[in-house]
Amino acid sequence: MNFQNDQFRLKVGLAEMLKGGVIMDVVNREHALIAERAGACAVMALERVPADIRKEGGVARMSQIRIIRDIMGAVSIPVMAKVRIGHFTEARILEALGVDYIDESEVLTPADEEHHVAKHDFKVPFVCGARNLGEALRRIAEGAAMIRTKGEAGSGNIVEAVRHIRTIVKEMKQLTVLGKEELAHEAKNLQAPLELVEYVAQHGKLPVPNFSAGGIATPADAALVMQLGAEAVFVGSGIFKSSDPEARAKAIVKAATYYRDPVKLLEASEELGEAMPGLEISKMPEGELMQTRGW
Amino acid sequence: MVEGAGVGPKIGVLALQGDFDAHRRAIERAGGEAVEVRTAAELEAVAGLILPGGESTTMLKLLHEEKLFEPLKEFGARKPIFGTCAGAILLAKEVLNPRQESLGLMDATVERNGYGRQIDSRIVDIDLEGEPSEAVFIRAPIIRQVGPEAKVLGKYMEDPVLIEEGRHLAATFHPELGRDVRIHRRFVEKVKRAA
Repeated sequence: MNFQNDQFRLKVGLAEMLKGGVIMDVVNREHALIAERAGACAVMALERVPADIRKEGGVARMSQIRIIRDIMGAVSIPVMAKVRIGHFTEARILEALGVDYIDESEVLTPADEEHHVAKHDFKVPFVCGARNLGEALRRIAEGAAMIRTKGEAGSGNIVEAVRHIRTIVKEMKQLTVLGKEELAHEAKNLQAPLELVEYVAQHGKLPVPNFSAGGIATPADAALVMQLGAEAVFVGSGIFKSSDPEARAKAIVKAATYYRDPVKLLEASEELGEAMPGLEISKMPEGELMQTRGW
Repeated sequence: MVEGAGVGPKIGVLALQGDFDAHRRAIERAGGEAVEVRTAAELEAVAGLILPGGESTTMLKLLHEEKLFEPLKEFGARKPIFGTCAGAILLAKEVLNPRQESLGLMDATVERNGYGRQIDSRIVDIDLEGEPSEAVFIRAPIIRQVGPEAKVLGKYMEDPVLIEEGRHLAATFHPELGRDVRIHRRFVEKVKRAA
């Protein structure tokens, strides 16, 4: 099985190292240094954070190499970068650059409306977004070594990330009580390979780490998705679009560690300024949703 | 239930950030009992401690923020600690690339990201006291120098990758992600003897 060979174990291994941590979106070297100083376990190098991509519109592509290289040179923690869904040449370029993880991301404008990147062919590991178990398992089958909820990036609204993590956890639980012949039927419903469906049924969890992203803006948001089953969090616009990036970054790092400890969460929530402005998802036109990208 | 689990002294796994859950499972496979440690009170309740893999800068930051740095140093003066990868970096006396603070509980100099980035990560067989053992290296550090008291238990490409100094143990790779349970078993025995 592909998902137990040595190359895949190494990819999943790095994801294991990020558990309990916060991966922060940064757009330049100064942001990257602030993130590292605040305790980020990795950074996502971008040209624009999702809130700005949303506002400015146009085609969002892989970031300029100069920006990513600059950030790689500035920090000692892992550096991730995004490629458009299905854009395997952008991925080859980032692999040649030596980034530590690639996010095949719905935040960028998709390059292919039917296919995702064949990720097992790469030496660099990939993370992909998912809204439900079927999507998660299809991405793992393609070679993703880490799954994150899609949430709704750049919205500052946690409701979609909550929906997605709850859906994935619930669908996993349901598989654990099914018999063999029912699993074959579920594999068909989920449009996912039977061997992955059987793995989840047996273990009650994905064969790769399961993180959360898309709308996390406060320490309480981070702790919420972790209590619901996420093993680490990505924070995009939530830090550098707030009034107090460094303090907020530190507070979210603390919340990701002490997500079950209300006293520590209170400490993390004190003396923070304004969170990023949020968007009401139900009032957004369907065409502006990022989470529906990916197949 | 793993045979032997729950017998003997409790081993803590520092759970601020990193692959602490993989260590908990490895300790159980090795016949020990593991608990997560996030506070000074939880630290006081264990007989030995594992510093897991993860990001050493993140752990260092939280150790200071949560006032665990000094208690941990003091714990190490009395009880066994086993560090893997980021944990080995925290245990060392000197850290390079870049220079950063550490607990200084083992007389060793460690260079961070010694082999390069993630694409240079590897799974290889190392020589573990004369026998081959699978070692998972992920953005691993390199031990550049060890003191006279250190015993080199494992080597890869001439560099020490598993060292023991008195009550402490450090690996630059991740035995918790490998198939060989001997190293965790060795630590469980060390904790039992020290308790």
